[in-house]
Amino acid sequence: MALTNQYIQEKLQEKFGDIVSNFEESYNVLSFEATAANNLKVLQFLFDEPSLQFQFLTDLCGVNFPDDAGREISVVYHLHNLAQNIRLRLKIFVPVAAPDVFTASNLFSSANWMERETYDFYGVNFVGHPNLKRILNVDEMDYFPLRKEYPLEDQTRIDKDDEMFGRG
Amino acid sequence: MLAHQQQHITLPEGSIEKQTTTLNVGPTHPATHGVFQNIMELDGERIVSTEQTVGYIHRAFEKLAERRPLNQITPITDRLNYCSSPINNMGWHLTCEKFLGVQTPKRVDYLRVIIMELARISDHLICNSIVGVDTGAYTGFLYVMQYRELIYEIYEEVCGSRLTTNIGRIGGFERNFTNTAFTKLEKFLVEYPKVLKEFENLFTRNRIFMERTIGGGAISAERALNYGFTGPNLRAAGVDYDVRVHQPYSSYQDFDFTIPVGKTGDNYDRFLVRNQEMWQSLSIIEQAYKKVQEFKGADAEIFHADVPAYYLPKKEDVYTKMESLIWHFKIVMGEVDMPKGEIYNAVEGGNGELGFYLVSDGGRTPFRLHFRRPCFIYYQAYPELITGGMLSDAIVTMSSLNLIAGELDA
Repeated sequence: MALTNQYIQEKLQEKFGDIVSNFEESYNVLSFEATAANNLKVLQFLFDEPSLQFQFLTDLCGVNFPDDAGREISVVYHLHNLAQNIRLRLKIFVPVAAPDVFTASNLFSSANWMERETYDFYGVNFVGHPNLKRILNVDEMDYFPLRKEYPLEDQTRIDKDDEMFGRG
Repeated sequence: MLAHQQQHITLPEGSIEKQTTTLNVGPTHPATHGVFQNIMELDGERIVSTEQTVGYIHRAFEKLAERRPLNQITPITDRLNYCSSPINNMGWHLTCEKFLGVQTPKRVDYLRVIIMELARISDHLICNSIVGVDTGAYTGFLYVMQYRELIYEIYEEVCGSRLTTNIGRIGGFERNFTNTAFTKLEKFLVEYPKVLKEFENLFTRNRIFMERTIGGGAISAERALNYGFTGPNLRAAGVDYDVRVHQPYSSYQDFDFTIPVGKTGDNYDRFLVRNQEMWQSLSIIEQAYKKVQEFKGADAEIFHADVPAYYLPKKEDVYTKMESLIWHFKIVMGEVDMPKGEIYNAVEGGNGELGFYLVSDGGRTPFRLHFRRPCFIYYQAYPELITGGMLSDAIVTMSSLNLIAGELDA
């Protein structure tokens, strides 16, 4: 039987009830939200359940919504069932004050660096991660640069010494 | 001494020396072909453990993209996998088009397929010939460079540049292919098969090459999937996953080709899979070129879709027509609002699934843009591939994984 988004949604709601919510379909990909405390349970269920088999973690990244109080940091998982060729998007929201999410690196080896990258740029604390340190930025950096509170440099600023840039 | 025996000397009690040697390979080392650092613990020539450091050329592409309109993000994608920039460019255009709901004409799709497959050939060509260099055969590398040059000349004819191509626009191409471009493509189609055949003769059944590569850096299909391998590296392990077939884009469903797979996922299988893919790419280019030639008269002048909000109008129209002037201004100043929504779209890049995750809040620039960079994900497996093996095999493994520092560090 071909796997459909509707079936995935029913299966998840039947198993998890209120833990999963906000199901929506965009460009044929089903995306839904799970509570932060249960992300691993949902991922494990999607991995193990014989009729679902989402065993390939395509992508993991963070998103920052500064205006959404209590849900500022989001972690987005893109899963892929390669046999049935169907994609799925799982989102977790955590407050910026306590961005704790359980690590998926025991389930997917590929999550290791992607979680480090998400920590590096958004400061998400992946609980249980074997080696949670910065990966692309320098270790001494003391902020999380992809958060919206750090704007890119104002391109109209005039206090720079042009001579230093060969435009003197 | 047998290879599996421990080679270290026993140190006297209380010695402050270590039993193993620490060796820094990289960040800049001729054998790493990019900026990679590996701190290896060696027992003789055998690798006990390794620690990787990446990020030396991180350029904050994802942050930069957050204040650029869609068409200004294309040059950023050039600098990801710079061995096959056109695939990155096209992947980004295809993502935007899917997001905006733009339908491209068939001729545009076929022209894109030609360019993308040329880019795949040049990417695989570099990777495979570098594997040759690292096993001591420089000849193949120098020989095939001539044909990468020809591919770059075709890019130049289409878009004006060679390495960081910025090729195409949202909706199609910036200009139609010239006759010179097609002549060069024909030359390539005639001459390249012989070169590839000779390249294969040089390596495929070469005993030294086989002994250097067979069994080195092997990975099982199960581990490869768990590590998020994609592209030729995953296919060499025996999994026939190819984005071109699983989620066809740019009319790939109109072409007849096979997905070559390996068995053991070692350096030799990766080499063979890439070589096979080059033959498949050649056949796709031939088919696409035939299809392109079927467009006659006015149809042969189609090289872009009608996307006024993102495709720059003709210059003479900008001077004579009010509407064109308005769109020209809006595009150049980046004043076009995007629809709200989110999309993940992937293409088959030179070294794996290149994905774009775009989140838009309805503004003029992406709210968030994440690049799924295949080699960032599969490079994690490197310690597992080389631990227990020889240092010289680790070098071959690194080049056969097709790691591109620009893509890895974003």
